[in-house]
Amino acid sequence: MSGTTVQESAESLGRSVGSGERSAVDVARSFLAQASRSATRLGTYLYRDEESILAAAAEIDARRKRGEALGALAGVPVAIKDNICVRGVPVTCGSRILERFRAPYDAHVIGRLRTADAILYGKTNCDEFAMGSSTENSAYQPSRNPWDLSRVPGGSSGGSAATVAAREAPLSLGSDTGGSVRQPAAFCGVVGLKPTYGAVSRYGLVAFASSLDQIGPLATSARDAALLFNAISGPDERDMTSRPETRPISLENLERGVRGLKIGIARELLGDGLDPEIRACFETVSKWLVAEGASVVDVALPHARYAIATYYLIAPAEASSNLARYDGVRYGLRVPAGDLREMYEATRGRGFGREVKRRILLGTYALSAGYYDAYYLRAQKVRTLIRRDFEEASRKTDALLMPVTPTPPFALGEKSEDPMAMYLNDIYSIPASLAGVPALSFPAGFTKGGLPIGLQLTGKPFDEETLLRIARAWEQKSDAARRLPPIAMEKAA
Amino acid sequence: METAREGYEPVIGLEVHAQLKTRTKIFCGCSTRFGAPPNTQVCPLCLGLPGVLPTLNARAVDFAAMVGLAVGAQVAGRSVFARKNYFYPDLPKGYQITQYDRPLCVGGSLTIRSGAGWKTVRLVRIHLEEDAGKSLHPEGREGVETTRVDLNRAGVPLIEIVSEPDLRSGAEATDYMARLRQLLVYLDVCDGNMEEGSLRCDANVSVRKKGASQLGTKTEIKNLNSFRFVDRAIAFEIDRQIGLLESGGRVAQETLLWSSERGVAETMRSKEEAHDYRYFPEPDLLPLDLSREWIESVRERIPELPHQLRERLVREQKIPEYDAEVLTDTRSLAGYYEEVAARSGQPKLASNWIMTEVNAVRNKSGLTIEEFPIRADRLGDMVRMVGEGKISGKIAKQLFELMLQDPASPAELIERHGLLPIDDEAALRALAKEIIAAHPGPAADFRAGKEKTFAFLVGQAMKQSRGRAHPEKLQQALRAVLAEER
Repeated sequence: MSGTTVQESAESLGRSVGSGERSAVDVARSFLAQASRSATRLGTYLYRDEESILAAAAEIDARRKRGEALGALAGVPVAIKDNICVRGVPVTCGSRILERFRAPYDAHVIGRLRTADAILYGKTNCDEFAMGSSTENSAYQPSRNPWDLSRVPGGSSGGSAATVAAREAPLSLGSDTGGSVRQPAAFCGVVGLKPTYGAVSRYGLVAFASSLDQIGPLATSARDAALLFNAISGPDERDMTSRPETRPISLENLERGVRGLKIGIARELLGDGLDPEIRACFETVSKWLVAEGASVVDVALPHARYAIATYYLIAPAEASSNLARYDGVRYGLRVPAGDLREMYEATRGRGFGREVKRRILLGTYALSAGYYDAYYLRAQKVRTLIRRDFEEASRKTDALLMPVTPTPPFALGEKSEDPMAMYLNDIYSIPASLAGVPALSFPAGFTKGGLPIGLQLTGKPFDEETLLRIARAWEQKSDAARRLPPIAMEKAA
Repeated sequence: METAREGYEPVIGLEVHAQLKTRTKIFCGCSTRFGAPPNTQVCPLCLGLPGVLPTLNARAVDFAAMVGLAVGAQVAGRSVFARKNYFYPDLPKGYQITQYDRPLCVGGSLTIRSGAGWKTVRLVRIHLEEDAGKSLHPEGREGVETTRVDLNRAGVPLIEIVSEPDLRSGAEATDYMARLRQLLVYLDVCDGNMEEGSLRCDANVSVRKKGASQLGTKTEIKNLNSFRFVDRAIAFEIDRQIGLLESGGRVAQETLLWSSERGVAETMRSKEEAHDYRYFPEPDLLPLDLSREWIESVRERIPELPHQLRERLVREQKIPEYDAEVLTDTRSLAGYYEEVAARSGQPKLASNWIMTEVNAVRNKSGLTIEEFPIRADRLGDMVRMVGEGKISGKIAKQLFELMLQDPASPAELIERHGLLPIDDEAALRALAKEIIAAHPGPAADFRAGKEKTFAFLVGQAMKQSRGRAHPEKLQQALRAVLAEER
């Protein structure tokens, strides 16, 4: 039975647990069994407590038996990226500096998941403090791509993407600062949504770059992603950057097809660095759009070419400040040393990995007296120009279609010694992050070698719905979202 | 030194940090109450735990804007919070949330005493920020250095009020501090308690040759947490800088820390060691936008300010400016005065009694006017009797002492303690006769033309009557009896 349960949609699982057709404990057992076969090899989890998962599922069943009405995600396991706080549970952010730290409070999204009667399913592996595009920067373990274990699942939400792709969990939460939900979604062949900045409260998300960070859902279908988005989004008075304009997505509207939609394409993004198979997939989808009655128009994003340079000033600058609190004084790792300054140095020296240190240095430099105007301030100005590019483009379009990544998933170790090559992998995902607009990565096809290809849709602020509607229409045409990676089809031993 | 000092002009600017009297902290719901056991008024935000976000306390903004409007500053329609980055154990996040290039209030001024007159001290800005925690350095055992951190204070709202370098002496600086404190207390936005650190001051000090237009190199003295320290530290630093210049040296730009124990300012860090705070806009808080209507609604709630109240008392009560200044020390003292003046119908007499007797008792006992045992209605009744000549000043003083101990009305206390004045002619004649009989010598001397002894006889009679005798009528009676018995 577990073989079919884990292939069902979160929507159907939640409905059947809510109606009592199926027990939450059975659902949890099915996914735990699936995870027990693959999670260690995939390196998807940093923490997963089976007992508490089953206890929470039993509690859902008990409440249903008492006749209580249950939420939309009743009994649906949701894996949580390990930079989101769950009360009483470790939150390491993939870093040694928080190795033994447990969060004493729930993030806003966690409270919302509890309200929706979801099962908190464990903490997924990620690049340290969400800095990376391969999950190789986790201080604990790399994660692997379920389609090819020699390749990376992307990052930084690599664990969250891989676990959903391998059907170890039906849903997961990631966080996206410059592409950390979308890029691993593309590499693993799942749906990943970066909501509009302000649509989901960041309260309880461990900050990397505050003006860019957004928590986003990962799922195997557009409808499931919408379901999870609806559960976690909406204004929160504890996050002053959360926005009242946020709207829930109508699942009904997702079925309306693409007829009449205007889709923009920025040709300048389809230049030399783009893998030919991804380009071919892009062309297939854009042709399909036209065939389905959408119109495809050219748009210009003239400042997108500065996005990486801009991002690598703003994000590290904010990170250098956000990570100052890990100083060994109040919690987390403390490495005793001579005096205060030596203790700071020893603690941060041992607690942080190379990429985190690199970005702290970058950011500290960019904010320094004498450099601030030339770097940080200039970057903020370019960011405004990029935002305006998107505003301009959205005046005549409903969404923009673009790649998520320039290449299919790369091999472990291939780029880990070359930070610039790693940074360039985010070339397509960063512009939408800087603009603050919603962006979706959806499974669009496969390479000849059997690796997933994702494409990206970006939209108007707070119009996540249109992006998922397009992805939903593509799901009905293509089997890209329904294919299972080999590891998910292995039979129980 | 004395003559050297004559040739120089000190130039002083103050940066005053004032804790705002909000119930909760600036970015979370924790209590701001002073004196709780260490680390009992803290939450994940105060501790700088991973994932927490600040939410702005609207009350703190309201208070800060009110201070700005009260000093005539421009309250910005948009101001921006910024992070000031530095590492210190009592700074939980590794940065302080403050305001940098876009503060809440710009400009404004404060009028202070300067010698016999008044002068206007211009303000640069007033901005909102959070306080840090407190580092404590208890004696470690066997010389082991330990530091303990109390984060109860972390996140208490502060305003920083920065003056232009318009002050010219320690005395002016002290008066500026005192008037600023008075203003904040009048506005009810700060408790003004300097011992508890509700008001703290850093001073920028430089000296230049009199007549010079260019400013000298300044030093910043930190940790001036009482009026006395402000005065002493500035005087110390002025002397030090003049001494340096006079001996051919130069003033180094540095930050000094005032040591109240030793009465000296010591180098904390040189210019080269100055922090680079890497300020940048706080991404967790949106720019603070305030509408004109909101700002005007704050302006409407500004209570009567010290100088306005002072001017009104001079105008309405016809009392000297000096009296008005003393009586407006606090709003409640002024309120007390107004009640006593109204009840007694004797504005100047009421002022005299409060400035002398009431304040003498309060100074000795440390009581606030609210705690003072004689309420305004009772003092008003007493002052009325004095004013109407029903009791003498001497009786009034006795009565005042009784009133301090006994909450009964003045009339009742007069009755109970037999303090009623003797103004009955027959009784006074009897008293005069008794005194003359008891002092035949002085009486005879008077009759012999020694006018001086009359005062002695009056004094004796007053003493005998325990001050109750009506002074003029007594004198009349004495003269009459002395004349009759000649």
